[in-house]
Amino acid sequence: MQSNPAQATLINPKRSGLSRKTKDRMVIILFLFPALVIFLLFVIYPIFRSVYYSTFDWKGLGEATKNIGFENYRKILIDTVFQKSVVNVVIIIVLSLVLQLPAAIILSTMVARDLPGRALFRTIFFLPYVLSEVNAAIMWMLLYNPDPERGFINGILVAMGLNTVNWLADMNIVLFAVFIVLTWKYFGFHMLLYLTGLQNIPTEIEEAARMDGANSFQNFWYITLPLLSGTIKTSVQMSVLGSIQQFILVWVMTKGGPVNASEVMATYMYRFGFVRFQFGYGSAVAIIMFLVCVIFSLLYRKLTNKPDYLTGL
Amino acid sequence: MTKKLSLLISVVIIAALLLAACGTPAATEAPVATEAPAAATEAPAATEAAAEPVTITWWHITTKDPGLTEFQKMADDYMAMHPNVTIELTILENEAFKTKLTTVMQSGEVPDIFQSWGQGGMIEQVNAGLLKDISADLEGEWGDSLGALDAFAVDGKNYGVPWDMGAVTFWYNKDLFEQAGVEVPTTWSEFLTVCETLKAAGITPISVGEGDKWPGMHIWAYLVSRIGGAEAFSAAAASGDARTGSFEDEAFVQAGYELKKLVDGGYFQEGFLGATHDDMNAAFGNGKAAMELGGQWSPSVQAANSADTLGVKNLGMFNFPAVEGGAGLMTDLVGGGNGFAIGKDAEPEAIDFVKYLTNLDNQKIVASTGMGIPVAKGASESISDPNMVMVADAVANSTYYQLYFDQVLPSAMGSIINDAVQKIFAGTATPEEVCAEIEAGFLAQ
Repeated sequence: MQSNPAQATLINPKRSGLSRKTKDRMVIILFLFPALVIFLLFVIYPIFRSVYYSTFDWKGLGEATKNIGFENYRKILIDTVFQKSVVNVVIIIVLSLVLQLPAAIILSTMVARDLPGRALFRTIFFLPYVLSEVNAAIMWMLLYNPDPERGFINGILVAMGLNTVNWLADMNIVLFAVFIVLTWKYFGFHMLLYLTGLQNIPTEIEEAARMDGANSFQNFWYITLPLLSGTIKTSVQMSVLGSIQQFILVWVMTKGGPVNASEVMATYMYRFGFVRFQFGYGSAVAIIMFLVCVIFSLLYRKLTNKPDYLTGL
Repeated sequence: MTKKLSLLISVVIIAALLLAACGTPAATEAPVATEAPAAATEAPAATEAAAEPVTITWWHITTKDPGLTEFQKMADDYMAMHPNVTIELTILENEAFKTKLTTVMQSGEVPDIFQSWGQGGMIEQVNAGLLKDISADLEGEWGDSLGALDAFAVDGKNYGVPWDMGAVTFWYNKDLFEQAGVEVPTTWSEFLTVCETLKAAGITPISVGEGDKWPGMHIWAYLVSRIGGAEAFSAAAASGDARTGSFEDEAFVQAGYELKKLVDGGYFQEGFLGATHDDMNAAFGNGKAAMELGGQWSPSVQAANSADTLGVKNLGMFNFPAVEGGAGLMTDLVGGGNGFAIGKDAEPEAIDFVKYLTNLDNQKIVASTGMGIPVAKGASESISDPNMVMVADAVANSTYYQLYFDQVLPSAMGSIINDAVQKIFAGTATPEEVCAEIEAGFLAQ
């Protein structure tokens, strides 16, 4: 760190008593304190409270008294519906990584170039992310409506001479119908991440490559992509965590149904916590989700520990 | 110097924040205490010298007019008649009410009067010692004037009173019935024939919102009560030694098979498994389906969700048909409504106020404004909406009144039954498996 003159004038060496460093630290602690209290009270404390409640058979009325140890966890892990929800989450994660993120990268490289109307397309692609999740879910429910006179998508299918599809009512299709909405909703966010990443890549490198005779694809594959690796890391992590925690879109559109066909871990948790008021069981599901997220993040950080080309971090 | 000052300010702010965070419920009670004496001084000392100032807390969920205004007016009128009484209203939206009530109940603070649907949830509140037994107050004139009191009684003791009681019935589109040349069915086999005829005529027989699960559950619930009579359900839903039946009894399984006939026959609208309650009413309201099973709220929801209200124009209603050989009658009803539960610390004035709320005059207001279907005898004559008159008549002529299955049972059971019955609609489980799942869920409670 280099000290600038403005900073230097603030330092008063004649002050006696505590050293400069200690004083700074005190001020830092003092200013961090309110945020820390709120963080402890509304984030850390509830987590520990959930751990505590997860060992009870508790309906939320009165004090929790019936401690059953790890019985809730045992029941959750052997519940076929929970297993189904985990499988569904894994499917969503895999599809996101294979389809959603590559699409976001490709689109971001396109709108980063000097294409005519790129600002317009950038806005259009990012628009779904700005919409509230409930709005998006209800909009897609209207689009998916099985009645071709009311549902836009089925209306088009019929106009093309095809059969209608029961997007949200067919147990074999519903998860993919939900995934389409997830992709539509979130790829804009990832595109924005990549756009920022692309801006950090010096144009000189690409220009140099082009001088050496690299075509667009080679340029993208050997230069852009490797230099984007830091952004890709972040994007993958956010995508996976987001998929694990996905709730609103699924709950509004399908409530995890029909018959658990689109169940995800968060809807499973909500069903037991707030529909059946089995708070102990619901807390245990929440703790399992929390552990999955934490373990994934730690492992992922370990695995992707290689330094970034650009920042060296 | 300025540094010290800012340090001091920071400390003060932090201390204030901490104090605010640790505020106890006792602190929030304080204003109530100061308000009460104020009311007392306003009381005319000459006429009601002995009357102690009393504050009644009342929570209701009627957030929209006409009910919002009418309830406020009833409270104001009562306060005008009883100057020593202060009524504090808390008006909450349905879901917010449930959450807030659960929270205050954990701390043992219960409102004096609050919204209740009776039975299931009420039983849990009674077991937690949060409600007041008002059986003695209901004896005589007051109790005699009201119907459907049982819905708010636990083990023969009353903990609340209803003010609005409707019923689930079949609503049908008269035009579509005429078009297909079918009559209103009175038996289950006639009903199946009607469905088949409608389908052959290219009309969707029944609209159901099985994505929300509960609309379809009511079809199964009705079949259970038609096949097994009132006995089947009460024997299975009882607890302890009183429990003489189970959810795996013949009536429950057979109901599943009868429901399966509707699914296998293809009598529901396209995509019913993913349809919401609104979708179901939109299909009916747009004249795309001939029948739907729904409560007293159905006509208004149908109208609200339809583009052209074609299906609501010529609306008819009939009771769920009787199943041949079944113990239940066609006049047995499944339904539910709203009531007032009485909190454990309620003063006699609170009970007197509820008595006032449910008197004939105020019940007539409920009827004439369309707030609901009144339970006081003689009040239903004031109902103006013809559709509500049909429901009120069905309730008045009912031979047995079965509260919604998911209301009678502990709160988790509603979700367990809904989830299980959906499997019959989806064809992913046999009726036996579905009943076994419900039974297992019940035993785990």
